[in-house]
Amino acid sequence: MRTYAGHSTAAASNELYRTNLKKGQTGLSVAFDLPTQTGYDPDHPLSLGEVGKVGVPVSHIGDMRALFAGLPLDQMNTSLTINATAPWLLALYIAAAEEQGVDRKLLQGTTQNDLVKEYLSRGTYIFPPAASLKLTADVIAYTVNEVPKWNPTNVCSYHLQEAGATPVQELAYALSTAIAVLDAVQKGGQVAPSEIAKVVGRISFFVNAGMRFIEETCKMRAFTELWDRITKERYGVAEESFRRFRYGVQVNSLGLTEQQPENNILRIVMEMLGVTLSKDARARAVQLPAWNEALGLPRPWDQQWSLRAQQILAFESDLLEYDDLFAGSRVIEAKVAEMVDAAMREIKDIEARGGVIEAVESGYLKQRLVESNAARLRAIESGDQIVVGVNKFKETAQCPLTKDLDAAILTVDPKVEGQAVQAIKLWRAERDDQAVKAALAKLRATVEQGGNIMPPSIEAARAGVTTGEWGGALRDVLGEYRAPTGVSGARLDQPSGASSKESLEALRKRITELTQELGRRPKILVGKPGLDGHSNGAEQIALKARDVGFEVVYEGIRVTPEQIVASAIEEGVHLIGISILSGSHLSLVPQIVQTLRDKGLGHVPVVVGGIIPEADARTLEKAGVARVYTPKDFALSNIMGELVDLVAERARAHAAK
Amino acid sequence: MPQSESELAARVALADKVAVAAALNLIEDRRPQSRPRIDALLHALSGARASGLDHRVGLTGPPGVGKSTLTAALAREYRARGKTVGVLAVDPSSLRSGGALLGDRARMAFDPQDDGLFVRSLATAGDTGGLSSAANAGVEVLAVAYDRVLVETTGVGQTETDVEHVVDTVCLVIQPGSGDVLQFIKAGIMEIPDVIVVNKGDHGKLAQRAAADLRGALERLRSAGMGGEPAVWNLPVLVTSARDRDGIDALVDTFEAHLAAVSGEAQLARRTHGRVAWAISLFTRRFGEHGVATLGGREALHEKAEGALAQGLTPVGAAESLGALYLAAIKAG
Repeated sequence: MRTYAGHSTAAASNELYRTNLKKGQTGLSVAFDLPTQTGYDPDHPLSLGEVGKVGVPVSHIGDMRALFAGLPLDQMNTSLTINATAPWLLALYIAAAEEQGVDRKLLQGTTQNDLVKEYLSRGTYIFPPAASLKLTADVIAYTVNEVPKWNPTNVCSYHLQEAGATPVQELAYALSTAIAVLDAVQKGGQVAPSEIAKVVGRISFFVNAGMRFIEETCKMRAFTELWDRITKERYGVAEESFRRFRYGVQVNSLGLTEQQPENNILRIVMEMLGVTLSKDARARAVQLPAWNEALGLPRPWDQQWSLRAQQILAFESDLLEYDDLFAGSRVIEAKVAEMVDAAMREIKDIEARGGVIEAVESGYLKQRLVESNAARLRAIESGDQIVVGVNKFKETAQCPLTKDLDAAILTVDPKVEGQAVQAIKLWRAERDDQAVKAALAKLRATVEQGGNIMPPSIEAARAGVTTGEWGGALRDVLGEYRAPTGVSGARLDQPSGASSKESLEALRKRITELTQELGRRPKILVGKPGLDGHSNGAEQIALKARDVGFEVVYEGIRVTPEQIVASAIEEGVHLIGISILSGSHLSLVPQIVQTLRDKGLGHVPVVVGGIIPEADARTLEKAGVARVYTPKDFALSNIMGELVDLVAERARAHAAK
Repeated sequence: MPQSESELAARVALADKVAVAAALNLIEDRRPQSRPRIDALLHALSGARASGLDHRVGLTGPPGVGKSTLTAALAREYRARGKTVGVLAVDPSSLRSGGALLGDRARMAFDPQDDGLFVRSLATAGDTGGLSSAANAGVEVLAVAYDRVLVETTGVGQTETDVEHVVDTVCLVIQPGSGDVLQFIKAGIMEIPDVIVVNKGDHGKLAQRAAADLRGALERLRSAGMGGEPAVWNLPVLVTSARDRDGIDALVDTFEAHLAAVSGEAQLARRTHGRVAWAISLFTRRFGEHGVATLGGREALHEKAEGALAQGLTPVGAAESLGALYLAAIKAG
């Protein structure tokens, strides 16, 4: 049992880890901040507002040293949730361990190191897909003998479900990812053919579980069956223990609601059942979200409530006393067989498209996910899919739990970022420049020649190279990737219910009228500033806006406020929509509004969507934001109606001037 | 801020981004009452910069061949060579809703401080095939502000409003193993592109073989007396990988060579021809085949449009004067 933790600074996070270990926690799970995840130092312009927010900043070996000060790394099991910069953070970890006098052969832990789901959902990728796959394969090839107790990659289907994947898509895309990784290791020639079985045995998975918990139980059984088949047939793994589907779970956050949030604890319990009921396909580790995640950063008590749910199931109920409950169930077996067949077909289809990397680059996978998510949102809006407290049973008494929530939500001290900027400057000034230059040159040469990235990264770590410098050197050689957004090819909305059809037609008619009034079709820019890569909201807004008749410019993730304003000017848009989920809205949004005014475009309305606490929403409105939307605004048609009004109002006011 | 079209044109010539955007907003305006302002703007633009300095390159090809990534790579290469660049990304998606998702910017990492790069997306939803009048005018605006204009679009050789009438150099982009070229050869439109690019050269041998096959096919076409004018310009076939940025500098070299080969009289004739096509398309969009027949058929219409442009009218103005002729003929008839 462990909690995913880290924030502000390495020293503050170290203190947190020590406290957690004292409470009996058995391992560490490190959350890194977005600059660290995307290979930037705290003083890079894109790091603005993001330093220390969603995790700890680790910019060099000094930070890694401080993070684990007093924690003997030969005794720790450490999970590093890190992907694009996984080779680098592992290098820093190894170098820090060696400073402690710990042999790397003793190190235990996991690097997440799954880039496919980054392109499709989470967004912290840096390099083009093929180059990323090579880096993943490098970490695997290096660790299999050098750090033999390490889990070099953790294939994630979790984030695919968060991006809208159906259970079959989750099965097929995750397994196709694992196939691509293993194929790359096999073809790369860095690992002896006799050791492939060992590599297969070190691959683990990270899975999601939603509210349809019977189907989720079947999904987990299908995963187990498919993985056994793939590893046997495709990779000829004879040892049964290496073919076991090892997985951890974080249950679904997508279905948690901002309305009547106390109901979420019930949802979390049921979601947990989906991955625990079936002994043959039970999760090795379960992480539960907090009931109030849709409102802001959970407090320690909120996390404790979820932990208790897990403990009550394990220790008070009789679940763990029985063998598999579903063996021999005709209903379950038929459903599993159906899912296995459907997933197999999809896996073959992806293979026919040239494999998962090609299917990422062509935008195929992303487009399928965007479509699935759009279908889900439409079903909720039309009432075909019932969500209690959201589109049905909406009457509620005042919830005593949420009375003082605004005051109780955790926030990171804004001084942290300035201190990190000062600290990195000091670090650069005090190290041996010649050694840094030599290490970077060697790193670059290795990447150019296609050698294994790990040894020169470890040397660079020892020399004092920074995360931004490591990322920069690789960016120079491998190039920087912008993934397909998946929205431009997605199918047009075909509403099912009569009332939603009516509202769609009404919106289209209003936009046609507005087009005649303006002389050209109203055009909006959907911007996703900062390093936060959770783009589901932005994608769905872009798609819906297109469906009702707007012209939509969507640039994908990770753009600066300056880029958003520049695009808004060049594209001649009538409205700007900003989506932010990382909590950096108060630093980024006012900057966009101010830059627009400076350029003489103060009349262009700005709206913001994201996880934004009530008090912050008022602050943003004072700064000139026209509307703030949060997860409780699930009816996209209503939002679209307001946007049409807003464009019309502002355009009329501007024309009158 | 209200301002005259000549003031706006002067600011466009200085590559003031806010002015360039305002000019593009105006030329997209479809209200009849905006036509005189568009005409005035185009007129002012034609005098705002010495002609012949700019180069307009069209990138066309089927969806999914990597045009957006290639356009981004080309813009970067031109900027590295000190040329300013305007990009017009024409999105042909025509939806019943009229809405459009203009996704191209997503593929382009750019520096917002760079005054020498301007990217505008343009939806043609609602138009029947080809480029819209706004695209024609958009190229005119960007050509005044920037050294090089890249027009990215699909479709070639199908209607009189296709990209070949708007640019000096047409670059057909295909991907290896797609069979697209065969379609183009069958359709008899291989004389339209000036450069052919097999993109996704990262597919290695497949791309090289596609390029070799293509060169062979073109050779056979030429010896059969088809496929362009080898005396002036021998249609080159290049391999690029926009993803890996391979072959981009060679492609820009080829564009510059084509510009040198066709500049002067030939380029002028091509641009004039394009403006005639533009004026005719504006006219036929309003008055249809009946309008064409009333003014004496295609050829007569072509001559009348040429005459109007020779008098110094803009294509928008020429279309207006053709319209006046038509209405007079109707009245008289």
